This record gives sequence, structure tokens and C-alpha cells, in this order.
Amino acid sequence: MAYVVERKPLSLSERLYIPQVLAGMKTTLKHFFAPNVTMEYPEQRPAIPPGYRGVPTLVKDPNGREKCVSCQLCEFVCPPKAIRITPGEIPPDAANAHVEKGPKAFDIDMLRCIYCGLCQEVCPEEAIWLQNQYSMSGYTREEMVNNKERLYELGGTLPDQHFKWDKKKAAEQRGNAHH
Amino acid sequence: MVEFWQNLHPAVQLFLKGIAVVLVIFPLGGIGSLAERKISAAMQGRPGPNRALPIWFRWVPVLGPFLQRLGVFHLMADGLKMLFKEDALPGHVNKVYFVAAPILAMIPALTTVTAVPFGAYLNGEGELVPLVLANLDVGILAVFAVSSLGVYSLIIAGWASNSKYPFLGGVRASAQLISYELSMTLSVLPVFLWINAPGTNGSLSLFNVVQYQSQPGLLGGTWFFFLMPVSAVVFLVSLFAETNRLPFDMAEGEADLVGGFHTEYGAFKWGLFFVAEYAHMIVGSGVFVLLFLGGWNPLPWLPLEKVLGWMGVAGNHPILFGIASIVVFLVKVLFFIFVFMWVRWTVPRFRYDQVMKLGWQKLLPLAIGNLIFYAAAIAIIELHLGVAAWVALALATIVALFAILRPQSRAAL
Ligand code: SF4
Ligand code: SF4
Repeated sequence: MAYVVERKPLSLSERLYIPQVLAGMKTTLKHFFAPNVTMEYPEQRPAIPPGYRGVPTLVKDPNGREKCVSCQLCEFVCPPKAIRITPGEIPPDAANAHVEKGPKAFDIDMLRCIYCGLCQEVCPEEAIWLQNQYSMSGYTREEMVNNKERLYELGGTLPDQHFKWDKKKAAEQRGNAHH
Repeated sequence: MVEFWQNLHPAVQLFLKGIAVVLVIFPLGGIGSLAERKISAAMQGRPGPNRALPIWFRWVPVLGPFLQRLGVFHLMADGLKMLFKEDALPGHVNKVYFVAAPILAMIPALTTVTAVPFGAYLNGEGELVPLVLANLDVGILAVFAVSSLGVYSLIIAGWASNSKYPFLGGVRASAQLISYELSMTLSVLPVFLWINAPGTNGSLSLFNVVQYQSQPGLLGGTWFFFLMPVSAVVFLVSLFAETNRLPFDMAEGEADLVGGFHTEYGAFKWGLFFVAEYAHMIVGSGVFVLLFLGGWNPLPWLPLEKVLGWMGVAGNHPILFGIASIVVFLVKVLFFIFVFMWVRWTVPRFRYDQVMKLGWQKLLPLAIGNLIFYAAAIAIIELHLGVAAWVALALATIVALFAILRPQSRAAL
């Protein structure tokens, strides 16, 4: 329905204009003395809400093992092709030798990443997470590429409900490798 | 000290005074630009510039961080940036005029200062002598005449830039200046009619206006702001328009003209325009303070001599008097610079047709009516025409006010 705005004639103080300006100046003066509303960023940081999608990182399980099995699903799904994985074998004498594979190199180019979170969605091992690190900066293009060490450093350890490798190892020891 | 100064050759005295004034105006311009940023920020609820800190100041315990918060180093950084930035000269401009325009902007800005008294001191005979570079008898005329030359720089800048927006900016600036110069001059005339009683030695000197406002007595000591509020308001509004400050910065309105007349300018040339604008603002506020706010008298009906007498300064010490007068004057001027910025963040920019309408249809008739009113009032006082004439004047004023203030629809604005 059409809404007709009624044009009232101007009141006397509006026609004199100066009182209106003075009223406005009163308002601005109030703001002049009011405390600042800005957050001064590098010193003060905003509280990050849970579930925030910041920089993608790799996480380890509570036993300190890397979870990623370099299945490369995330590399495949990443829309801007920010992830580059070089798969590697796990040496037979390693403590987690029962794990099939691990990444030899894992690079995420943060100049490409669009923080879509698809890598986190697709990862079967819950190894890649977008956590609350939101400020990435660097002086060179190379600095903006997070390598494996950096990704684990940013990611840290997340609580794990499944302990898949422990279960797998227990099964193997029970003589049932393909449980 | 005083004798030594008075024994100097007058030319040397003038030279030293000139240097001193420039040394005050330039830093004031700089402080103005910093204050602009800080005050704008405070009005918008943000801290404003507070990052720059020279490395050797990092170790000064309390003062360093305090000065950093205050943003004073941004002033240095701005200056250095303007000096060392690449000063591009566009290929399509008229080179001579393009370079001349910012220089032309500075000349009237610094010249007007000469005719503005910024204080006074007592000479040996106990007479008040203005602290002014040139105590011209045509004081106010000189200020108006020279300061209006400032618009040439804008026109030349706009024209020499050889591109459309700067040209429009220059044209707007000239039209606006002409419109508001009229009301400005007319609004000041009643003040000079008032102080130049028939039979005395007439003078347009700004110093005399302040002297008039320092007299004892009810009418003598009044500031003209209270005696002639309409004049003061018209003058102030015209001053905003003349100095190209918001809400009247038609010459550079970035919403419709990119940057207006200085679109093609950068680095130091742009900085000169900027400093010139601040110098105009300072001189304009100075003239306003002298004309309407009692110059260096701290309060209405309270001349500086009296205050100094109360404070026990024996016999109005000449140098102390001079310093006190300059301080009071500067405080008032700085307050007005604050008002300029205050209004800037209060009133939105006018449309150009509104600027013209306000100038020609509102301020000019108001200034003329005001002039007629005071001319009549002075005639009634001088010729002792009596109560009947006062009543007639009051009636005429009321009728005129009704005619002006009759209700108007919003659409007509
Ligand atoms: S992070 Fe996840 S999806 Fe990517 S390769 Fe490793 S296990 Fe696969
Ligand atoms: S968040 Fe999206 S863009 Fe960034 S690495 Fe993961 S899949 Fe690629």
C-alpha cells in the first residue's frame, strides 16, 4: 500500500535554521566527550565466537600423533586450489607404523584460501580445522604460505572422541587387522 | 628591554614582527590540521591518529606514550610525507598557472595577517598601542580586499588543471565567494557606523573596534555580538562560506566533484592549499573575535586592564599586558577554530543551489535589513528623535520579521 509522507510546514525554529544547528552542535559535543567506541585492534582483540572459521590448521590427536593420512580429499575439494599435499610413507619402525600414510609436505597458500571451510568438512580424519586465528599477514608471498610445521603449530591439539589409531592398533594386536 | 626594542630601526622592528607572526601562523596551521584530525575523531567516537612514534621517543617513559596518543608525531609525519612524496605534474595541465596557483593561495592568506591586530601593549605614556604589523586606518577593508584575492588561486587552480571537476570547483568557488562577500561586508558595516560617531575622526581600523568594546559603561563595554547579534551571525555564516569550510565547501565537495579544484594536486602543492585554508580560517576567526567578541578583553564589560589590575600587576606592566592580550586573543581564536570543526561534523554539506539561495535570498536581505535597522537606530540616537521614532522602528522591524518568517512549505525549500 502506498504510504504518503505528509509534508508538514517547517516550524519556526526550523525556518530560522540556527536553533536547529545549535541543537545539532549540542549532540556532536556530547559525542565529543563520550568515550570512544572503537576497539584499538593490535592491542585489543575481539572475542572470537565458537565455530569461527579462521585460518585452516592441522591438528594432532591427544597422543601427539598427526591425524592427517594425506588422503588429499581436501586438496581435491579446495575451490581455489590453496592446498598442496605431498603424500609420504610412514617408516615401518615408527610408533604409528599401523597408520597407512602421512603427509610429507602440506602447504596451504593463504593468499589463495577463501576460508570456505570445505577442507574441514571433507576431511575424514578431522585433521584439518578452521580455528580462530584470523590475522594472517606477511611481507612476502612465501611468508603467506603455511607449511606443515606452521600448520601444526597453529593448530595444536584438539580433544578427540574416536582415537581411531588406538582402536586400529588394538584390533591389529588382537589379530584382526581389518576389524 | 622595551627601550632596546623601541630604539631599533622601525624597519627592523617590522621585519622581526613579521617573522614572529609567520612563526605563529605556520605552526597554528599545522596544529589546525592535527586538531582537525583529533577533533573529528573524538566527535565520531574514535581515538584518531595515535600511532606515529619516532624510535628515540620509545624510551621516554610517560611523555612518549602520551605524545603518541596525542598524535603529535603524525604532524611531523604528514609534513615529511608532503615534502618527499613524488610531486606529479599532470601532462595535460597549463604548467605555469598550475604551479602558480598554490603559491597564489599562500600570498593573500599570509598578507591579511598584517592588518589584524593580535594584541596591544601600553607605551611609555600609558597609551594602548596595537600589536599589528600595519595599523591601517582602512583595516577591515584591507582584510576583506586581500582575503578575497584568495579565490583567484582556486579559480586558477581549477582552470589550469584542464579537467572538468577542478574547473567546476573553481567556478563554484568564485560564485560562492562573490555571493557571500556581499553579505559579509554589509554585516560588518553597522559595527563601523556605530563606532564612528559623526564629527569624530572616522576609521575602519580593527583596533578601534576593540578599543570601543573596552570602554567603561553599559553600551561601551558591550561586545558587538550582544549589540548586533544578526550582524555577528551573518558574518559568521559568510565566514564559513568564504573559508570554504563545511557545510559550504562547494569548491571541493568530494561527493559531487571528486576533490574539486585540487583534484589534480598532490604532495606539497596540495599542502599549500591546505595551509592557506587554515590561515584563512585563523585570520577569519581573528577578525570575528576582534569585531564581535571584544578582541583581547576576557569578558564582556570587563576590559583587560581591569583584570590585570585585580591580579595585582602594578601599573599595567607593558610587556605583561602585551602577553596577556595575545594569550586572551589566541585562546578566543583557537576556540573559533574548534567551532569551525565542530560545525563541520554537525551540519551536512549543502547542495549548491541551496548555497546560492541561502546567500542571495536569505543572508543578503538580512544583512541589508540589519544595516538599515542600525542606521535608523543611530540616526534616532544622534538626532534625539525621541520615543515615537523608536516605536516606529520597532513596528517596522516586527513587520519585516513577519514578512520574512511567514510559514513556508517544506517543498518550497
Ligand atoms: S587433512 Fe584430512 S582431507 Fe586433507 S589429506 Fe589430511 S586426512 Fe585427507
Ligand atoms: S578453507 Fe576452503 S579455500 Fe581454504 S584451504 Fe580450506 S578448502 Fe581451501
